[in-house]
Amino acid sequence: MLETTGAKKPVTTNPILDATGVAKNYGAVAALRNASLSVLPGEVHALMGANGAGKSTLVKILTGAVRPSGGRIQIRGETREFSSPGAARRAGLVPVYQEPSLIPDLDIASNLRLTRTPVEPFAEWVRELGVNDLSLGATARDVPLAIQRVLDLARALAAEPHVLLLDEMTAALPADLAERVVDVVRRQSAAGRSVIFISHRFVEIAAMCDRATVLRDGETVGVLKIETGVEERIVELMLGAKIEKARGVTHGARSTATVAGPPRVAVRNLAVGKLQDVSFELANGEVAGVVALEGQGQDELFEALAGARKPSAGTIEVDGAAVRFAHPADAIRAGLALVPGDRSEALLMHRSVRENIALPFSAPFRRWGPIALRKERATVTAAIERLQIDTRAQREVQRLSGGNQQKVTIARWIAAETRTILCFDPTRGIDVRTKREIYRLLRELAGQGFSVLYYTSELEEVQHVCDRAIVIFGGRVVDVLPVEIADEAALTRAAYGLPRQSEVAP
Amino acid sequence: MIRLIRRNAWVAGLCVLFILLAVTTKLIQPDYGAGDFGSLMRAVLPYAFAVAAQTVVVIAGGIDLSVAAMMAVTSVTAAAMMNGASESHALFVVPFVLALGLCLGALNGFLIVWTRVPDIVVTLSTLFVFQGVALLILDAPGGGAAEWLKGLVVGTVPIPFLPESVTAWIPKALIVLVICLAVVWIPLRRSQLGLSIYAIGSSELAAFRSGVSVARTKIAAYAIGGLFAAMGGLSLTLSTGIGAPIPGPYLLASVAAVVLGGVALGGGKGGLLGPIIAVIVLRLVRTDLTLLAVDPNATTIIEGLIMVIVVMLGAFLAMRGRTR
Repeated sequence: MLETTGAKKPVTTNPILDATGVAKNYGAVAALRNASLSVLPGEVHALMGANGAGKSTLVKILTGAVRPSGGRIQIRGETREFSSPGAARRAGLVPVYQEPSLIPDLDIASNLRLTRTPVEPFAEWVRELGVNDLSLGATARDVPLAIQRVLDLARALAAEPHVLLLDEMTAALPADLAERVVDVVRRQSAAGRSVIFISHRFVEIAAMCDRATVLRDGETVGVLKIETGVEERIVELMLGAKIEKARGVTHGARSTATVAGPPRVAVRNLAVGKLQDVSFELANGEVAGVVALEGQGQDELFEALAGARKPSAGTIEVDGAAVRFAHPADAIRAGLALVPGDRSEALLMHRSVRENIALPFSAPFRRWGPIALRKERATVTAAIERLQIDTRAQREVQRLSGGNQQKVTIARWIAAETRTILCFDPTRGIDVRTKREIYRLLRELAGQGFSVLYYTSELEEVQHVCDRAIVIFGGRVVDVLPVEIADEAALTRAAYGLPRQSEVAP
Repeated sequence: MIRLIRRNAWVAGLCVLFILLAVTTKLIQPDYGAGDFGSLMRAVLPYAFAVAAQTVVVIAGGIDLSVAAMMAVTSVTAAAMMNGASESHALFVVPFVLALGLCLGALNGFLIVWTRVPDIVVTLSTLFVFQGVALLILDAPGGGAAEWLKGLVVGTVPIPFLPESVTAWIPKALIVLVICLAVVWIPLRRSQLGLSIYAIGSSELAAFRSGVSVARTKIAAYAIGGLFAAMGGLSLTLSTGIGAPIPGPYLLASVAAVVLGGVALGGGKGGLLGPIIAVIVLRLVRTDLTLLAVDPNATTIIEGLIMVIVVMLGAFLAMRGRTR
């Protein structure tokens, strides 16, 4: 077609980025078989796929971090081969990775110099993205994680890329910053730039993407236009089979008989870090959600409960008896175990799935003598089966997908028969299917009398798993919402410390 | 000013330590004079270059066990080439030996990058290789050095506008050290390469993603380390007038000074000034202990204790500074 100039932006059908038939083999394992991705100028293009579908591999190939085993990548009709991230950058494809890529020991100014990013536009983008008090002399390590991600984005924007690639950009961001990001991305596309957006959040995808490419098992299985109702189609494509709508799926398992006796865990007037005075109870067989904006002290709460940090005041009771944890081992002995959002904090990445699950059995220092291998094997196998962990790459946990890694963490505590599981944003960056498996699993556990404390940064999760939501703001519990009314809007209001809207009769 | 001190708190602390030690020295030995300081600096010279070599590599996130061996190779090469040769021949020898050091270092870096064998293993094996090479060049201490080169590190130079009582305390060895280090370090620190060295030491993955060529930067860091080691080897030949094929005690001393100098062994943090002052401090401690007639076997114990205490104290102060 001839190049016709539209009213607002130039509309051409020539894709700015066109990848076809991309394949990547790691030894005998094919991470990508036949992936294609075509991005038009001025388009926000979502790249979706369940964990293990090959998304991250495709991203690595597009950004020059990994060389493909086959296929062709064209930028503006020119075949390019990216041998390094630097080469991809020069070709106009600038990524923002899932983890911050600032050099931790350099200050911001040096980080900019390293990538030869002009300072002025960078500073402007930082302000635009809602961060006002940034000092260029600050060492990157000292900047909060969420802000680091924003700086990454600002740095990418300042490079004026043809194609901006955002990998789970909003996953670790608090709601207000995420909103800004969505806003800026939308304006980027209006200005004619292309964006590849990788996210598990349908809300954001619906808000800003034009089209979506769906990957499954290393292949592109569909390219869809984003319109109302497309979510179901995408999920269908991602999973390769029709699945029931998420909402309400887990509700059937709810309302287990309340167990008599003292609550499993009671927190009374706890002060730790930013928390000043927090009290709540966690019943046996309950999944209690914790909802808070970024940096309200939820990390400290979970660390205190897991024995990794000493509270400065207040008490923690387990089964009615006050406890004092000097070490996570104490908490684990009392039956409280943490499942952190960052898998690398929980797992021995270079060890096998089995060893990782069996770790709590062999960890007690005072237990001498050989490890009871037979018993261990049986327990571990049972846990693996129960969680349907994909064990094809079980010799090294780091080779599993993020979702499977998280399952290993949970499996470990199930195998150790830990009665209370503290989940801190356990589904961060995990695909929809695995997320649902985790929801179902937690509900099942609750049905058997396990207790779960569940912090999530994705508010919609609360209604999937929790029985009620404990909302923390300004160092205190500001509200406890029953699950029936704990929808995203209500939780958001509460998380910002606003009072409930006039109660609607159920 | 306060900010400057705060940013360089570690170096400032070392300076205080140095001054305390200097005062102690004067108390122990009231007639400790400029001449003694001059010979201290001459003794420090090879150590300081070894430390500089180690510092660059450690900042890049590596470690170089072959520092002392490289010094031995370059030292004997220089001594053998200058043996019986004319004075002007040395003009050619010096750049040749420096280039040799650069190449040896680059070889280390290249092997690490190419074979993907851990740096500690690669440089351990090159340590043995270089030791052997040094003995092949000169099987016993020998060779010679040009007179004008030897003169470079002995005595003092008159500096205009400074009275002699001051210049007496600025030995040539110190001036040579400062110039040699500054000529390499200052441009490096301001270049993209210098930034990249810090970057790969801090986080190799983040550096890679920022578009830094990790392999090339690593080779460059080891090469610069080799260059400093060659300077150290030359300084050995200059101060003794001969080449010594058996590596001196410079490897462990260099690692010690790097640690004491506030450079994180994990890489990415620290500068060159700290380790250099640290190595002078360590030498001065040894002088003091000798002056006090402490059993030489006990000296190493005291040196070890000082290192542990200073590093612990530093970490403790840094922690308190952060929580405040």
